[in-house]
Amino acid sequence: MTTRIGVVTFPGSLDDRDAQRAVRLAGGEAVPLWHRDTNLHQVDAVILPGGFSYGDYLRCGAIARFSPVMETVIEQAKAGMPVLGICNGFQVLCESHLLPGALTRNDHLHFICRDQKLRVENAATAWTSDYAGGQEITVPLKNGEGGYVADERTLDELEAEGRVVFRYLDVNPNGSRRDIAGVTNAAGNVVGLMPHPEHAVEPLTGPTTDGLGFFTSVLKKLVTA
Amino acid sequence: MSPRTPLDTVKHAAATPDVQQPFRELGMTEDEYRRVRSILGRRPTGSELAMYSVMWSEHCSYKSSKVHLKQFGDKAPASDALLVGIGEQAGVVDVGQGYAVTFKVESHNHPSYVEPYQGAATGIGGIVRDIIAMGARPVAVMDPLRFGAADHPDTARVVHGVVAGIGGYGNCLGLPNIGGEVVFDPCYQGNPLVNALCVGVMRHEDIHLAKASGAGNKVILYGARTGGDGIGGASILASETFDSDKPSKRPAVQVGDPFQEKLLIECTLEAFAEKLVVGIQDLGAAGLSCATSELASNGTGGMRVDLSTVPLRDHTLSPEEILMSESQERMCAVVTPENAERFLAICEKWDVTATVIGEVTDGERLEIYWHGELIVDVPPRTVAHDGPVYHRPMARPGWLDALQADTPDRLARPRTGDELREQVLALVSSPNQADKSWITSQYDKYVLGNTVLAQPEDSGMLRIDEETGLGVALATDGNGRYAKLDPYAGAQLALAEAYRNVAATGARPLAVTDCLNFPSPEDPAGMWQFAEACRGLADACRTLGTPVAGGNVSLYNQTGDVGIHPTPVVGVLGVIDDVARRTPMAFAEDGQMIYLLGDTREEFGGSAWTDVVHGHLGGLPPAVDLERERLLAEILINASRDGMIDAAHDLSDGGLVQALVESCLKGGRGARIVVPDGLPAFTFLFSESTGRAVVAVPRSEEVRFTGMCEARGMPATRIGVIDGDSLDVQGEFSLPLTELREAHTRTIPALFGHTRHA
Repeated sequence: MTTRIGVVTFPGSLDDRDAQRAVRLAGGEAVPLWHRDTNLHQVDAVILPGGFSYGDYLRCGAIARFSPVMETVIEQAKAGMPVLGICNGFQVLCESHLLPGALTRNDHLHFICRDQKLRVENAATAWTSDYAGGQEITVPLKNGEGGYVADERTLDELEAEGRVVFRYLDVNPNGSRRDIAGVTNAAGNVVGLMPHPEHAVEPLTGPTTDGLGFFTSVLKKLVTA
Repeated sequence: MSPRTPLDTVKHAAATPDVQQPFRELGMTEDEYRRVRSILGRRPTGSELAMYSVMWSEHCSYKSSKVHLKQFGDKAPASDALLVGIGEQAGVVDVGQGYAVTFKVESHNHPSYVEPYQGAATGIGGIVRDIIAMGARPVAVMDPLRFGAADHPDTARVVHGVVAGIGGYGNCLGLPNIGGEVVFDPCYQGNPLVNALCVGVMRHEDIHLAKASGAGNKVILYGARTGGDGIGGASILASETFDSDKPSKRPAVQVGDPFQEKLLIECTLEAFAEKLVVGIQDLGAAGLSCATSELASNGTGGMRVDLSTVPLRDHTLSPEEILMSESQERMCAVVTPENAERFLAICEKWDVTATVIGEVTDGERLEIYWHGELIVDVPPRTVAHDGPVYHRPMARPGWLDALQADTPDRLARPRTGDELREQVLALVSSPNQADKSWITSQYDKYVLGNTVLAQPEDSGMLRIDEETGLGVALATDGNGRYAKLDPYAGAQLALAEAYRNVAATGARPLAVTDCLNFPSPEDPAGMWQFAEACRGLADACRTLGTPVAGGNVSLYNQTGDVGIHPTPVVGVLGVIDDVARRTPMAFAEDGQMIYLLGDTREEFGGSAWTDVVHGHLGGLPPAVDLERERLLAEILINASRDGMIDAAHDLSDGGLVQALVESCLKGGRGARIVVPDGLPAFTFLFSESTGRAVVAVPRSEEVRFTGMCEARGMPATRIGVIDGDSLDVQGEFSLPLTELREAHTRTIPALFGHTRHA
């Protein structure tokens, strides 16, 4: 039986098809999940893709957090289901308090799309086990509100507990505190990051195929679980 | 309905023939007004006058340009590729394997000067709806942009607003931005050009047309509610008595809501997929006036609409205002009665407001009611298609002879290697030739996961079938300086460059879209420029075998007496069987041979060198040789398909040296270049002769490649090798890539502020 990975589509989701493609390329079965659905259709993991969930004219992800699908996702995430939030998905996870901190307007005030170098700081999460700790990868980054912020104590805790999963290298593209690009929860099943691994899964359309490891990591974990 | 203003019904109009009507304030001439009266056999009602005035405006009716645009059809080359031609909202091109592609470029120039962010944003919104209305899923956008002088104090306002607007809207729609142009010139100071291109993909059987047929079919308005935005400053209210119940005048620029547009895309495509749609039309310029009259006249003619059912954002709007409103993110569909419920359910799923506002009738008249009273009763064709047609006076401008006689021959040329070196640096760091990633990095180029090439590549390329690798390539080009010197040649040069750009990436050019940006048609000189450009483009399309599939005309790009350079922008669409075979522009491997294809002549009129080094514009633009362009394209396409070249870059403004610098920087590799015998280094590096490209050939392919060029009569000169970390023109100068990169990339951020794109 193939492993089923749900990809949530909010009305303003944009990278949902890309996330589904990445799951397929990694060998999993991508299951579309609709934002009004409380039933997760027996998926083994969930991806919250990039986009603008409900237009995000308020705070990014602030409304998505209250959607029917998120009620179940929050419940399942707390029970240990692997959940990955990419860009807008990361914002939704922070708004849902599954991850600490918040994402603010880029410090230079522009939307930015670039090929971003990252260091994998934690290769033990559900979504990063196929990487080596300290490995450097390059995946696209594209956001207007990607500045990661949290209070100093939270940041210290994240560092101390190894919960900073990715850090920006060479350039901090949005003013994130301590160059943080992605974080995980204490259990390591919920990961959120601003860069877009689903756009780096084919040599033809991505700058690298460095993003594939996210999807192979979770598939391996679910098969051996 | 205000109690104080009596409703101007058809009955009332017939009974009060002598009422003075504000046709002049609505932009109509006396002749045009008289014509409306004679069509109707009475005076028009206020609502009818509103409809005729917007639909007969230059923007909607093409009344000054029509007689010239006719050539695009009359001279069209025989082509199997065109499934739907000019006249629909966008042309449709057959790209094989059952796929059809629709694409179109449009202008949003005037609003973008008044309110850059919303003007540019709604420009994207409008063109995207045109593409959806053909039945296609939009898959990418491109933006040809022209601004005033880069260092003028007002330019930053426009640049920041336009770029943020394009990004803010396009990024939220999930459409990759894969290319375009950015040009600065003082002639655009008061009239920036903001053109937007959208491309969409569908299966052949999914093509939809704007057509209301089948009596009893429902007319459904869906999307945003209708507000007072976008009503021309000269609305019918301008001459009505002051009415204190009404809000103050709304601005004439529309405000965009990309999230609403995204919902509109998804729900329209879902309705298409379930085959629920008989006819469809987007609401753009002229709003409901346009949608109802065009849908009706493209069908059998009969339609009844109850305007009081239109969902409003502002309940005080009069029927005239509702008909003229250009509120964004609205569409109109014609659906059979049995499918209406399902259509409304899909709208509900996407939280899109949808309302049945009328139905198709078996009559031949468009009848519009307001709370039970008939306020419009017209033959819809007279509104949508039978507008006035003008043969405006034309005259070759008196100043043109002097301009053409002022050739670049008198300009001082660099005499030493050091001077050449300085001028190369000046060229590649000038705002027009400098790296534009400060702008393009504010656009999402990755979304949808099918972008194979994007700016700064010669063309943007998209995969449209993941299994077979079938793809399309698109390039837009235009050079107002060339067109100023010779509008006939200028339009052909724009086409030739876009055609060459598409071929340089390995795709076969198939069809053309154009955005003709010109000054006032009421000036005979401007009208002559327009006519010449149309004639040039139509002639060149015939020679190259690429029909015009659709496009847009923007006139009145003029402030006071000062018009813009005539600026025909041409987009070319090409097809490639397997995108894995594409040719990028980067010099990627040391040791590969660099060949220059084509002939280099002393051609500097309108060139980037004359602009950057001497601030000069005069003489004649480079000669057009369309047969040579065809041959060059064949060479580039074959070489790409058969794996003979690893890089290709078209030569255009800035000449060979600009292309070499870009290919070196993109690949992070240097080049050793030898000036061919008999050619001055200056001409070799800076000439803008057309029909040329530079390619990188692996040594193992050299014999095969040069053999092909020789057999087909294509001049191919080996000019150097990819090597090292500088651009080394032997015997003249050497420029380290670090120095070139610094020069090429610092200019635009220094002018407009920093992001972290590098």
